[in-house]
Amino acid sequence: MTQLFGNNRMWRSHELKKSYDVVIIGAGVHGLATAYYLGKEHGVRRVALLDKGYLGSGSSGRNTAIIRSNYRTPEGIPFYDASVKLYEDLSRELGWNVLFSQCGHLTLAHTDSGVAGLRVRAENNQLLGVDSRLIYPEEIRRLVPSMYLGAGQRYPILAALYHPPGGIIRHDAVVWGYARACDRMGIEIHPFTEVTAIRVENGAARSVVTTRGEIAAGAVLNATAGWASTISAMAGVPLQIVSHPLQACVTEPLKPFLDKVIVSATLHVYVNQTDKGELVIGAEIDPYQSYSTKGTLPTLEQMATYTLELFPQLHGVRVLRQWAGVCDMTPDFAPIIGAAEDVSNFYMDVGWGTYGFKAGPAAGKYTAEMIATGKTPKIIEPFSPSRFRTARLVGEKAAAAVSH
Amino acid sequence: MSFLLRCPHCGDRSVYEFRFGGEVKPRPAPGASEEEWVNYAYNRTNSAGVQTEWCYHRSGCRQWIKAVRNTRTNEVLETFYPEENAR
Repeated sequence: MTQLFGNNRMWRSHELKKSYDVVIIGAGVHGLATAYYLGKEHGVRRVALLDKGYLGSGSSGRNTAIIRSNYRTPEGIPFYDASVKLYEDLSRELGWNVLFSQCGHLTLAHTDSGVAGLRVRAENNQLLGVDSRLIYPEEIRRLVPSMYLGAGQRYPILAALYHPPGGIIRHDAVVWGYARACDRMGIEIHPFTEVTAIRVENGAARSVVTTRGEIAAGAVLNATAGWASTISAMAGVPLQIVSHPLQACVTEPLKPFLDKVIVSATLHVYVNQTDKGELVIGAEIDPYQSYSTKGTLPTLEQMATYTLELFPQLHGVRVLRQWAGVCDMTPDFAPIIGAAEDVSNFYMDVGWGTYGFKAGPAAGKYTAEMIATGKTPKIIEPFSPSRFRTARLVGEKAAAAVSH
Repeated sequence: MSFLLRCPHCGDRSVYEFRFGGEVKPRPAPGASEEEWVNYAYNRTNSAGVQTEWCYHRSGCRQWIKAVRNTRTNEVLETFYPEENAR
């Protein structure tokens, strides 16, 4: 606890310098992880991280902190698996406990087509070495005795995709741990520094104009998640993103009764119980584009209704808080990572929709490699911005929508 | 924030009755280049501010309408029939 409340600062404040080798816009988990791996693995330390708010004020602090790699596509599975493996080692690497609890993750199927979809995922996962298998009500009941699998359900639970390495993490601790490690390498973190323009000369991004002055940049990375389109437009780079709010809520603390992450795509809901005993409940994205982070009553009602389908014993439990984050949705539910096609020195790590937090370390590691070496690592090649032009989309919707 | 949309046929209705149809973009001519079609199919302005967008009144008159809305505040400035233009 002295580590949390003592006098040692996690990161220092700096005056903005005139120039940096790399300027990263967005100091959430993706921006911070990229800066961390730039400094640690490539020795690039003249790096500035800019954020318009405080650290973790965007989607890094608004997600439901679920980590998993049981995706569907052969492009997505190895990538998210790399991320889970980095998360497994993160506390030791950063010297900072990120409270990663690999409690196990269950995706429920309530229809025959749902079971078929999960079977495809289980097969693909196993082929690529991810611990994931289909289980049936008898085993589900044994793993999650508190969940209602009885008669009379409108959507009976037929099967589940069980993913033992999946779990939950303390998302703020991940942000703080990376920020602390970046600061110790001399990488500068500038919160409350909003980017207002990006200067592009002769087809190359040269400098970034902020509310605290202009800075020259050897390379610029857009890692602004829900706000990615606004930053990209400043550099004149088109994006395929539509921003939707995603809402979640947390209940009052209860005695521990649920030690698995429960996800249902049919019911559009996912539930887990935190170490403090609160239930964290997430919804699907709001049905319209918006940058608003206010919660809505219809979505709260929906989250409550569907959670009660699974856990009717929670009918008297009160909701403490409800919030929303802005998700940068792409047409194929896969991210956009790569160098901009028509503007050099401008890189993107965006389009993270509803699956960005779990990908943070891997996205950071390979984005850093791309910026430092100028070559795109093979594992992120499928997520290139050119895939829309060449019609090589990565159809991840079956495993990325709702199922966090 | 949840909000109401004024359907030109049905009056003020909850936004949850509508299907969001995306920002209004001019459709390329039939002989347009592949680049124009890729731009039309995939690229989005994704405005953080006022935009004109398509809405389908799924749980009402089942007609497509257009709305002008501020995407930061969800304030709906006006709605109109698709063949009309914003004032």
